[in-house]
Amino acid sequence: MLDKNGIAKRIAKEVKDGYYVNLGIGIPTLVANFVRDDISVEFQSENGVLGMGPFPFEGEEDADVINAGKQTITTLPGASFFDSALSFGMIRGQHVHLTILGAMEVAENGDIANWKIPGKMVKGMGGAMDLVASAENIIVAMMHTNRAGESKLLKRCTLPLTGVGCVTKIVTNLAVLEVTSEGFKLLERAPGVSVDEIQAATKGKLVVEGEIPEMQI
Amino acid sequence: MINKTVANVSDALKGVEDGMTFMLGGFGLCGIPENAIDELVRLGIKDITCISNNAGVDDFGLGLLLQKRQIKKMISSYVGENDEFERQMLSGELEVELTPQGTLAEKCRAAQAGFPAFYTPAGYGTQVAEGKETREFDGKMYVLEPAFKADFAFVKAWKGDEAGNLIFKGTARNFNPCMCGAATITVAEVEELLPAGSLDPNQIHIPGIFVQRIFQGKNYEKRIEQRTVRMRQ
Repeated sequence: MLDKNGIAKRIAKEVKDGYYVNLGIGIPTLVANFVRDDISVEFQSENGVLGMGPFPFEGEEDADVINAGKQTITTLPGASFFDSALSFGMIRGQHVHLTILGAMEVAENGDIANWKIPGKMVKGMGGAMDLVASAENIIVAMMHTNRAGESKLLKRCTLPLTGVGCVTKIVTNLAVLEVTSEGFKLLERAPGVSVDEIQAATKGKLVVEGEIPEMQI
Repeated sequence: MINKTVANVSDALKGVEDGMTFMLGGFGLCGIPENAIDELVRLGIKDITCISNNAGVDDFGLGLLLQKRQIKKMISSYVGENDEFERQMLSGELEVELTPQGTLAEKCRAAQAGFPAFYTPAGYGTQVAEGKETREFDGKMYVLEPAFKADFAFVKAWKGDEAGNLIFKGTARNFNPCMCGAATITVAEVEELLPAGSLDPNQIHIPGIFVQRIFQGKNYEKRIEQRTVRMRQ
């Protein structure tokens, strides 16, 4: 089973040379720490920066330079700043190659829910609805089950949707899955996790074809 | 040169009234018009509608107006990390129109650029699209979103000149440029107000035509919401 860093490490393998990548809040933010350093990648943050770098050294924080998680950041050579409309133009116009975000629920048809639990919690969608409606390649990073131990991979989402039929891949603490017209296709198992365990934690339709390899991370 | 300078924040906010709709720049606490917000608190005007990506934190930014119950309605994309906002929203004291962030930015830009509405794929098939016109283009579904209408836009820039030209810094730019010229009156507060001719015309982010009033801001606190640092090796 993977921890949050393990999930981020596995997703980092999906980041290819020449990609512009948008990272959501939470586990997705960690992905930047594990991207190979022999490829060229630029991270976009929808509040208006391309070419995001690591956190600043203590004492060098700049209140005017943050990411979409409102964390202080630095920029790398080649970085640029822009306004929110232009930022979402990059996203809507499909200039960003890969979007990695968290979710509360994902359905076997690729629907995603991550902004509201009616009557209990409303964070708002932020940029997630724009990102999932436009990005061609959307990877969800999340734990396979919620705190109550219930599956987050469902036949249909029960929470208000963020987007419809948009998720392409899901990386959880247990598995890597692809959204297909048949359901969640199991691609890889996390180290030490069996297909049966993944099946038991998946409420939506799980498609298992042949031997399922263990993740290499 | 048409001079847009006003003496101070109270001159800059002349004409604000109960029940008006305001746009406020900023992302989280980054690039918010701190002086205009303080003045709105001081004036105590009520029943206002605020178009702003977030609503500050409990004790800073728009959170100050929420605390005093001056806001009737918020139009925002994200309310997390603000307990008072979430409480007022869940209890029904505050009307909230949650809007996808890119749609929020574009509704400002559309108002600035003279578009009555636009189609976006964001929110299609979700609660956000309920009751809205949808249309298919090249096999993909889109939602029709109208431009915002607002009485005042309050923006914060890094440098500005007497002509109302603005330059922003870092990610403090965010929604600020999109809101300039998107309301009846745009009020810009700047960290540094310079004589006309001091700024290189090649470097202007927002031309003064979009700004009606500009003033030298004071006492910027620029609070950091999430101070994240790394260790020196």
